[in-house]
Amino acid sequence: MTAFDWIAQTLGIVGSVAAAPLFLGWVNQCRAWLQNKSAPPLMQPYRGIRKLFYKDAVIAANASPLFRLAPYVVFAAMVTAAAIIPSIATRLPFTRAADAIALVGLFATARVFVSLAAMDVGTAFGTLGARREMMIGFLAEPALLMVIFVAALISTSTALPAISEFLATQTLALYPSLAFTAVAFTMVLLAENARIPIDNPATHLELTMIHEAMLLEYSARHLALMEWAAALKLFNYVCIGLALFVPWGLTTQHAPFALVTSALLLGAKLLIAGAGIALIETVSAKLRVFRAPEFLATAFLLAVLGLLVHLLLGA
Amino acid sequence: MSMEALPFDLQILNALAALLLLISFAMLSQRRIVSLVNLLAVQGALLCVATVLLAWRTGAHHLYLSAALTLTLKVIFLPWLLHRLIRQLGVYWDTDPLINTTGTMLIGVLVVVFSFGLAQPISALASTATRNAIGIAVAVVLIAFMTMITRRKAMSQVVGFLSMENGLFFGAMSATYGMPMIVEFGVALDVLVAMLVLGVFFFQIREQFDSLDLKHLESLKEDQ
Repeated sequence: MTAFDWIAQTLGIVGSVAAAPLFLGWVNQCRAWLQNKSAPPLMQPYRGIRKLFYKDAVIAANASPLFRLAPYVVFAAMVTAAAIIPSIATRLPFTRAADAIALVGLFATARVFVSLAAMDVGTAFGTLGARREMMIGFLAEPALLMVIFVAALISTSTALPAISEFLATQTLALYPSLAFTAVAFTMVLLAENARIPIDNPATHLELTMIHEAMLLEYSARHLALMEWAAALKLFNYVCIGLALFVPWGLTTQHAPFALVTSALLLGAKLLIAGAGIALIETVSAKLRVFRAPEFLATAFLLAVLGLLVHLLLGA
Repeated sequence: MSMEALPFDLQILNALAALLLLISFAMLSQRRIVSLVNLLAVQGALLCVATVLLAWRTGAHHLYLSAALTLTLKVIFLPWLLHRLIRQLGVYWDTDPLINTTGTMLIGVLVVVFSFGLAQPISALASTATRNAIGIAVAVVLIAFMTMITRRKAMSQVVGFLSMENGLFFGAMSATYGMPMIVEFGVALDVLVAMLVLGVFFFQIREQFDSLDLKHLESLKEDQ
């Protein structure tokens, strides 16, 4: 590991953390355009976070230290995840540190802390949101693991950088199994990031919200960190998807020029992915909470089918 | 088991096989009968493309003929007939299947695992390039079976029956590059006649029981 690697790694982490709200802003803008509304400015998420950091925090009298601790833990988990995911280069110090299964565990840690903090104050909405979040998490996680297992079987490694490198350097072949799992992954991405078929990020209507219900008691810097972490989670998920299914252009070399091209390509891919998410959200309707298991069971089924098809056809 | 060794047309055939399986699952979960018939037509179309591709690859000319048969019968004529029957009978939904959708899908996955195991020895004996797809064909047949078992309406059971025929055809294709022409014609005629007879049957069933729900057929006495 040279000094250059560490500089590139630091730049990667800082870049992810800094660009995450921008990506969220882009998704929101695309969605507004598609729905014939005038779009909020691209920088709106940054403004929201900045505003929240300037405010004074109000915390419920019966909140335990866990309530104050949770935003920092969640944010730290997302930053660590950003370090592990090979978003611009595959051979960086941290990307080799943990494999994809550990990454799923990292997301689970963040989910547990958000849910515990939501139940901590004891309001009805917080508890409701936490329960729903746990239900969706427990259904989405097996599907996500199955998706990772298919990619791992194809490339014979569970480490994300190794998977991306294998798929990027291989001769172009049709992988029906990867196509199935890509669809499954998109469904999991939408469910885990509280996007439309499962949860609507733009609503504060009490009966339908999941993610927002858990954040109701937070204010000021804590809320800012939670929202930033949510933006970073979406960014991370999209980067995992890109690393698994469109790894081309990810650099394996360690030259400044290669890193710059890789970063530019990542930007282009993110633009397309963001527009795609906005399109899916526009054309689909929000499901009832009780239909969510069906949605996620379909994702799980697709991932398992991908696995079986890979085992049978080797494709 | 590496993909790189396979030529591109075989890769497409494998992808088509995987899509056939996916469509079978979509049929298993679909509750609107109109969509069910459309899925059947799509399955037939995929089968037709696969047959043409295999005919081109192996130079077996009789496969072109069976592809044409598939196209006219399973993609155009039978779906048209079914759509007409749906309109005449006014049955659009087959809600409330015997097992709930999620449960059916999970059982379906087990069925796929079972049929892959079942097909393994057959694939080992077959000498065709598409022998790996035999497992998928068996799975399509068994899932179509499940579609028939879990549905209540006569209409969706018939669609399941036709989908099963698709699976059998695909199995024959991938195991031995298609059945002899005379057998194929026989099967096609069977399906056609079965469909026409069942169409008449639907009207009889509805006249007798005022519905197409087959659970009425289970009781032997008049008033129970």
